[in-house]
Amino acid sequence: MNHDESRPQDNGGQGTTLLGAPSRRGPMNVFPLWKNILVVTVCLLGALFAAPNIFQPDPAVQIRSLDADAKISAAQKARVLAALDKAGVAVIGVDEDDGSLLVRLQDEAAQLGARGLIADTLNDNVGDFVVALAQAPTTPQWLQDLGGKPMSLGLDLFGGAHFLLQVNMQDYIAGVVDNSAEGMRDKLIDERIRFLPNRNWVDGQTISIGFRDEATREAAKAALVDYQDFLVQERESAGDLILRFTLTEDKIRALEDRAISQNLTSLRNRVNELGVSEPQVQRLGRSRIVVDLPGIQDSARAKEILNKFANLEFRLEALPRARKSQLETYEYQGRMQDIMRRNIVTGNNVQDAQQSYDPETSQPQVSIELDNEGGRKMHAATKDNIGRSMAILFIEQKPRVREVVRDGETIEEYYTIEERRLISVATIQAALGFSFRITGLSLREAQDLALLLRAGALAAPMYIVEERTVGAQLGDENIRRGWQSVAIGFALVLAFMIFYYRGFGLAANVALTANLTLLVAIMSILGATLTLPGIAGIVLTVGMAVDANVLIFSRIREELKNNPPQMAIQAGFDRALLTITDANVTTFFVAIILLSIGSGPVRGFAVTLAVGIVTSMFTAILVTRALVNLMYGGRKLESIKI
Amino acid sequence: MSDSQSNTFQVDFMGKRLIAMVLSGVVLAAALGSLSYQGLNLGLDFTGGSLVEVKLAEKVDPQTVRGYLVDAGFTNGTVQTFGSDEDLLIRVPPREELGATGQVGLGDEIFAALAAEYPGIVLQQSNYVGPAVGDELAEDGGLALLTALLVVMLYILFRFTKQFSVGAVTALAHDVIIVLGCFSIFGWTFDLTVLAALLAVIGYSLNDTIVVSDRIRENFRRARRGTPIEIINQALNQTLGRTLVTSLTTLFVLLALLFAGGEVIRGFATALSIGVVIGTYSSIYVAANVLLLMNISREDLLVPEPEQDGSEDGSYP
Repeated sequence: MNHDESRPQDNGGQGTTLLGAPSRRGPMNVFPLWKNILVVTVCLLGALFAAPNIFQPDPAVQIRSLDADAKISAAQKARVLAALDKAGVAVIGVDEDDGSLLVRLQDEAAQLGARGLIADTLNDNVGDFVVALAQAPTTPQWLQDLGGKPMSLGLDLFGGAHFLLQVNMQDYIAGVVDNSAEGMRDKLIDERIRFLPNRNWVDGQTISIGFRDEATREAAKAALVDYQDFLVQERESAGDLILRFTLTEDKIRALEDRAISQNLTSLRNRVNELGVSEPQVQRLGRSRIVVDLPGIQDSARAKEILNKFANLEFRLEALPRARKSQLETYEYQGRMQDIMRRNIVTGNNVQDAQQSYDPETSQPQVSIELDNEGGRKMHAATKDNIGRSMAILFIEQKPRVREVVRDGETIEEYYTIEERRLISVATIQAALGFSFRITGLSLREAQDLALLLRAGALAAPMYIVEERTVGAQLGDENIRRGWQSVAIGFALVLAFMIFYYRGFGLAANVALTANLTLLVAIMSILGATLTLPGIAGIVLTVGMAVDANVLIFSRIREELKNNPPQMAIQAGFDRALLTITDANVTTFFVAIILLSIGSGPVRGFAVTLAVGIVTSMFTAILVTRALVNLMYGGRKLESIKI
Repeated sequence: MSDSQSNTFQVDFMGKRLIAMVLSGVVLAAALGSLSYQGLNLGLDFTGGSLVEVKLAEKVDPQTVRGYLVDAGFTNGTVQTFGSDEDLLIRVPPREELGATGQVGLGDEIFAALAAEYPGIVLQQSNYVGPAVGDELAEDGGLALLTALLVVMLYILFRFTKQFSVGAVTALAHDVIIVLGCFSIFGWTFDLTVLAALLAVIGYSLNDTIVVSDRIRENFRRARRGTPIEIINQALNQTLGRTLVTSLTTLFVLLALLFAGGEVIRGFATALSIGVVIGTYSSIYVAANVLLLMNISREDLLVPEPEQDGSEDGSYP
């Protein structure tokens, strides 16, 4: 077909905007300068941002402040360094960053001992700091300033533990509905509105109350108008008139959100105690929480900690006539305070606690909301004790790490200490109920107290539904093997391409190297986590990336049968482009599907696959073309070897 | 070393298409038979349960280890070596009586029981997947496979014609079923990484199929004479060189993964290696065969407006 045969030339002007083929008058297969500059710039930037992955991190100990206000002072820093110096631990550098301190050490063997030493040195403030094993990046400062950072390693490469926790929302919401039903019953009794006895009120998220006649039902409806979280319906069943309250979907969502955020706060507080440098605690979906603990050595202990939490108890101040056996003594703001042994309510009864301001005095305060049971108990305990003090006792199981020498090896051992301390003592001003306030606090105290009250207990029970722990040794092995297979696969492909395509193969190999560099650079910039399936994705990309080049080269070979070399080169690139695009777009779709539906290893693989497709298209089309143009373009060729 | 460079090198692919159909049919039947008769050896990801990998100081007999586990109360656990004789993989199913919350401690109990017998033991990995999570992962995985096939079908329908679309999806389903069949027949563990490999097989095989389809379409449009069989044969011969080279380079890296990547990645590399071989075959024999079965003709591929023909090559918006 005539039209087709002449197309390569026709297309030169308008059809190949993406390739930017030379204009008809200029020499063939020469890139304009800007395009060469673009290719070189992208490749150089790629090399720059891939570079941080080459620098091996230093073993380090991180000292991080838990409290934004309590930074590590110069004196504390000096003490830490002096202690390390005295113990003969070689410190090769100290980084200070936003209140946290990174002490770089000579070798990994020194890490455990150094951590113990630092924790001991800061012992008096140990509650304020996290002392954790860490990896300090050795990327040069100027590169860091540009935003260069290495890929973070997944748990399968770094070692560590991953947990998926299921929050039991059903129980939690059922509890809230139960509490509301109790409140409604009390209200109806208070208002002397008669309801039908012997009915099971609560069923899942609905409360049904029966009445004898329309008038009482109306009265009840009016009395219960405050329960706005429920949708009210009037029903009739077996001659009884029913008021049915159904928890609204909005409220259910709100309760879920609150339960999750409270559990997240709780978990973060716990996990901070584990001495992990970069713990991650995140919500997943409606009712799940992911906890990642990179580098943790004792996952059994981590599990215990995830399942164990602090609690609070509200107790009355002990009166002077109280017997010794009835009271306990704690220190509070520098003096000794006697409180009763028996508690009024516990943190499990606290539904919410918020720091707010007293509308009259504008002083900070904490507003506390108790559940129904807690409200009744609180009311009963406080109505006859106005003027007496009430204390809040904080009870916490704290995990601790210590280094023990066993069989000549230093290992980590976890143990628990129980800490009890008074966090508030306040005078009861009036009979308290479901909701009350604690005033007379500084802003800071009010914020802390609200947090502790919220975080002290879990809103909803949780349990672990998935655990993946990888030992540090296996992690190292996975990295070693992963890179080894990348190297072997890469070398085989490079060798084959040179052998099969000669000069063009060299261009393809440079493009392939650029592809690998760009892939690593983009993964680093995106902050993607490298996992073993991710490495597999890189290997596969290397194998498949040559496909685009192979397509182009085969096409050039074919075109050489009917065309002179320069025209064959151009036609080969042009015609292969559509095929390459079609093939890559569909594969890209598959990668996106993997990314959106898959989980864990599947996602790790999908990320590299998707990025790999983008980079391989760029390198195969532009980098290879630029090189081929440099090698063959713009001069008279009698024949080419391909 | 030469592909379509010389016109003398011509393989009559489509002449053997009946043999290929019988071959595909037999292999598919075997795969489906095994899948329905003995199913897949599902990994922990899908069944739920606990898995512990340990490294011991010296070589041990898995049966002895199993004996210790039975003593510790794990009667239905499995013990196998993993990569080397010192590496053991211990898997136990969930225990009903522990409920939803108690399962997660099983891995630690297993490790503790073994640590009492083998002092030099190192915990390599410990995984626990709750039954509900396992079901979800299986469901998501199946959904991902089907969505991938559907999206591919739609995209090819949009870019090509319905014959190509059906051909490509038939080829993909063919590949997936055969890889699954291999895992079923040989009893290899099917876990999340193998699922990822399966989806990568879809991506790879699709790549191949599209390259071939693209050429078939081009030749149909260009050819003035010739039967569909001749035209397809010509396209297959033209793309043969590329198909083989790409499969070869991909197999190079997969073999590197298979032999140097370690035990964790073995299932993935195995599935993909099989998939690449089958995918290469299917892009030639399954996808093209479906085109013939669906009576593809030159008229199906004619572009309504001649100007658009030019824009088909060379540039892509």
